[in-house]
Amino acid sequence: MKLHEHQGKELFRKAGVPVPLGRVAFNVDEAEAAARALIAETGVETVVVKAQIHAGGRGKGGGVKVVQGAAAAREAAQRILGMNLVTHQTGSEGKVVRRLLVEQGLRVAKELYAGIVVDRDRRRVVMMVSSEGGMEIEEVARRTPEKILSRAIDPAYGLRGFEARELAFGLGLGEPTAGKLARVLGALYKVFVAEDCSLVEINPFVVLESGDVVALDAKVTLDDNAAYRHKEHPTLADPSEEDPAEAAARAAGFSYIRMHGDIGCMVNGAGLAMATMDILKHHGGEPANFLDVGGGASKDQVAQAFKVILSDPAVKAIFVNIFGGILKCDVLAEGVIAAVREAGLKVPLVVRLEGTNVARGRQLLGESGLAIQVAKDMDEGAKKAVALAGDTEP
Amino acid sequence: MSILVNKRTRVVIQGITGGAGSFHARQMLEYGTQVVAGVTPGKGGTKFDDRVPIFDTVSRAVRETGADVSCIFVPAPFCGDAIAEAAGAGVSLVVVITEGIPTLDMIAARRLLDEKGVRMVGPNCPGVLTPGECKVGIAPGYVHTPGRVGVVSRSGTLTYEAVWQLSALGIGQSTCLGIGGDPVGGIDFVDALTMFEADAGTDAVVLIGEIGGAAEERAAAFVREHVKKPVAAFIAGVTAPSGKRMGHAGAIISGSSGKAADKIEALRGAGVAVTANPAEIGVTLQAALRGKKGR
Repeated sequence: MKLHEHQGKELFRKAGVPVPLGRVAFNVDEAEAAARALIAETGVETVVVKAQIHAGGRGKGGGVKVVQGAAAAREAAQRILGMNLVTHQTGSEGKVVRRLLVEQGLRVAKELYAGIVVDRDRRRVVMMVSSEGGMEIEEVARRTPEKILSRAIDPAYGLRGFEARELAFGLGLGEPTAGKLARVLGALYKVFVAEDCSLVEINPFVVLESGDVVALDAKVTLDDNAAYRHKEHPTLADPSEEDPAEAAARAAGFSYIRMHGDIGCMVNGAGLAMATMDILKHHGGEPANFLDVGGGASKDQVAQAFKVILSDPAVKAIFVNIFGGILKCDVLAEGVIAAVREAGLKVPLVVRLEGTNVARGRQLLGESGLAIQVAKDMDEGAKKAVALAGDTEP
Repeated sequence: MSILVNKRTRVVIQGITGGAGSFHARQMLEYGTQVVAGVTPGKGGTKFDDRVPIFDTVSRAVRETGADVSCIFVPAPFCGDAIAEAAGAGVSLVVVITEGIPTLDMIAARRLLDEKGVRMVGPNCPGVLTPGECKVGIAPGYVHTPGRVGVVSRSGTLTYEAVWQLSALGIGQSTCLGIGGDPVGGIDFVDALTMFEADAGTDAVVLIGEIGGAAEERAAAFVREHVKKPVAAFIAGVTAPSGKRMGHAGAIISGSSGKAADKIEALRGAGVAVTANPAEIGVTLQAALRGKKGR
């Protein structure tokens, strides 16, 4: 789960990672009040108004404004709130800005980068720092990889003091800044572990004219698998950032992602679900969705999942591709039949069943009286679905 | 011949009295697997289905039954601890079926396994199966046929699909293993390819990858340098949108790395027969076997 910048900074602040003073605003009045309060507190007229969406590249897209005074902050908020912000990470459809972070302006001497990621190859949490802050780190990695310093962290010891110092002094920073940065990196690693993050990125991580270091940005992703041990994590979710169908699917225990095509898919297993989309495309069709009902799905969950497909007006044909392992074919059949009885079936349905209890599953579908096209394997099923959706000639 | 498990393998099941554990313990026994022990803390001294002795700890189970492989069904919140217990108990392989384990727990567990020299298959995987000899995990046994093709895959049901296609063509398998799709796991493609290349009972390998990470690219580099046997492959996720999470935590594409197209190109460059159609995994391997690829 991705967090908004202001939520990430709140985690940082509590852990002793310095962040700018700031307040969240959901409308222009709140934004103006936040600016006024910040100016009164700091004695500095400069404030920054930042769009809060789950994507980077906000500055280039016009979602970040540095202004002087509360009236100008109100004006900036007026412009940014409600705008459809398109960045390199949002895709061409963009994201609507629904909240802002209003922050104190700071006098920046130098921009750095800090990131903590899970390195699959080394099977370690890795901390990265770079002197090239403010740029896309992928770009730095491509052009000047020597300017990124990294350290794989042993989970038994955590980030040790000397490791943090090697990174901080490695950036060519002198004292007292290097020492301060090393301490902050230690605190940052503690946040990563304590909150079960899968990504923490600060770009830019700035050195102020005073020599202090401050996290000017915060990109934090939490590990969904660890949500059970963090009662407060669900409260950090922003439903407006998600497709409602995708959010409902997750709540119901299956995995659904809307695509742009017209063939609805229901599959068990993520790999087979992706392969099913691939084979539809291979035969000239376009999948309307990714849907993995999961291994231990019950009849009710199958029915719920099938209804999600039925409710998508773009769907012109449905392809059910099941290789029963833990999920039994008869349970799948019962779920599909229940969903169709309740919601009706207005588009052609192609079913391919194989695996555990397959005979019983096929029998149930056959006896149901539903208009189902049976496919003997996934190739035949995909071709039929593509033809029935009208994507190619039958 | 085979890799990892065979008819002499003695299996202990951690979480044998749970829902998934008990169902699949019976399936494994039915397949002919030597399930010699179960572990459920607090139920030591009793028996599972009147035949498999249950112990409170893995080390006791290993000491008393000589189990050498552990199959773990313990729920995710307790699974990191269960893996650590197995690592120190004297088994040589742990097969972790459980899905949804926090990544940081897996990083710690993997470190301990490496320290003890214990291998792991999984987590979040169907397990490992040597047809006609031993099944450790949840794969449907009936789709497999004994033979000489090794199968290694990051996906569960897609593994069954590939094995089913091979069996339908009359091509049997030496060992089939699903390594799981999580960001941090045990045996990877390179480890599996190393074992299959060295196994006298394996003539060719089917490799099934998916988007995310760089495991397929590393597999390609390894095949180019070290694998003489024919390899056929399919990579799932050509149509997956960038940055979206497709069920497996491992299946995230971000930026330029981890994309299916890059993986396919790397594998083809290494002489691997890659099919774009998941329904043609079997025939692709068949063609690769016939042609031997001149490798």
